[in-house]
Amino acid sequence: MAEIQTSDSGQGKKKGGSKQKKISVFIDFTPMVDMNMLLITFFMLCTTLSKPQTMELSMPSKDKVDDTQKSEVKASKAITLLLADKNKVYYYAGLPDYKNYNSLKELSYDPKSPNSIRNLLLMRNQEAVAKINELKKQKMNLQISQDTFAARVSRIKSGKNTPVVIIKPTDEATYKNLVDVLDEMLICNIGKYVIDTISAGDKFLIKNKETNGAYALGK
Amino acid sequence: MAKVKVPRKSTRIDMTAMSDVTVLLLTFFMLTSTFVKKEPVQVNTPGSVSEIKIPESNIMQILIDPTGKVFMSLDKQPDMVKVLEAMGTDYGIEFTKEEKDKFKILPTFGVPIKYMKTFLSLKTEEQDKILKNYGIPTDSTDNQLKLWVKHAREANPDLRIAIKADQNTPYRVIKNVMTSLQELRENRYNLITSLKREESN
Repeated sequence: MAEIQTSDSGQGKKKGGSKQKKISVFIDFTPMVDMNMLLITFFMLCTTLSKPQTMELSMPSKDKVDDTQKSEVKASKAITLLLADKNKVYYYAGLPDYKNYNSLKELSYDPKSPNSIRNLLLMRNQEAVAKINELKKQKMNLQISQDTFAARVSRIKSGKNTPVVIIKPTDEATYKNLVDVLDEMLICNIGKYVIDTISAGDKFLIKNKETNGAYALGK
Repeated sequence: MAKVKVPRKSTRIDMTAMSDVTVLLLTFFMLTSTFVKKEPVQVNTPGSVSEIKIPESNIMQILIDPTGKVFMSLDKQPDMVKVLEAMGTDYGIEFTKEEKDKFKILPTFGVPIKYMKTFLSLKTEEQDKILKNYGIPTDSTDNQLKLWVKHAREANPDLRIAIKADQNTPYRVIKNVMTSLQELRENRYNLITSLKREESN
């Protein structure tokens, strides 16, 4: 393979033509392989392949708006998620009921659990989810293009009857909790969600729930 | 007792094919991989199903470790110099050319601005060692992160902000950074997460 046989035919000087000098050049590739292996090792150790850990999640813009631009959320469509410490998450639908501690319900991050965030959101968002699944099928069968798919999905997501999720993490919630919840928004095709700061009322609700109403009665 | 004579064979192995393979592998690695950035703290990003890739360039990364220390990195060296100059004018610190040269090659920075001069005078190994003890101050009385971000935006309007935080970071810290960004009207930013495979129903 690495042998080059050069036949020196005397460069046009026809000296009988039969005298051919054969020079065999054998190149040893072992050092070359050594060097390449070294470089490969270097690249394998010092680089990351196609950056698997840099997946991104876009956040919705949250500009300060004056009262004229504020969109009112129908109480029946609003779901408020309260992210508490120790990986606990609670929710109430619509307006909070401060008198009844059972109005706050506990949820689970685990999608397999029966009262997971996913089950709740998928149930509340049934209509949009069904429509989007239909679109996905059409896209799989190449009936619609990627662009129309994206446009239609965003239209469905911002539709009138989709729920609005308000995420309120407490200071003790971890970053993972937040990302998990944002993830559920993606999975459940929730188009309208917002991260809000927790209010004193919400903190009261959580405490009340944790102590089964004893907190409101003055302990 | 007739001895069996083992015929001597040449042990020369032709390495050409091997060389071909290694060169091919090398080319593959060089083309597909990106260099790991040196980060002062180890950060475990939370998993997410989002599959959007982060853009290649014009990234300003804000790194948050579980104890709440904040670091920053910019990917363009001219921006780094501009930002440092702007920060220097704000705090009345004059940076020399050597200091600027040293600053622009830092992969990640995050020391309070008044320590910046001392920090830059140190050797690289020492810098790596002490950087993780510092962090950009983000408290409301002296919010240097806000200024860094503001000057970075002035230096490069195309910057995209990426927040890379550990999954065990308390939300208090994240909220602090997010409010700082919101006060600057930086409403779009990316959260860096690692990929989590999940069947979508």
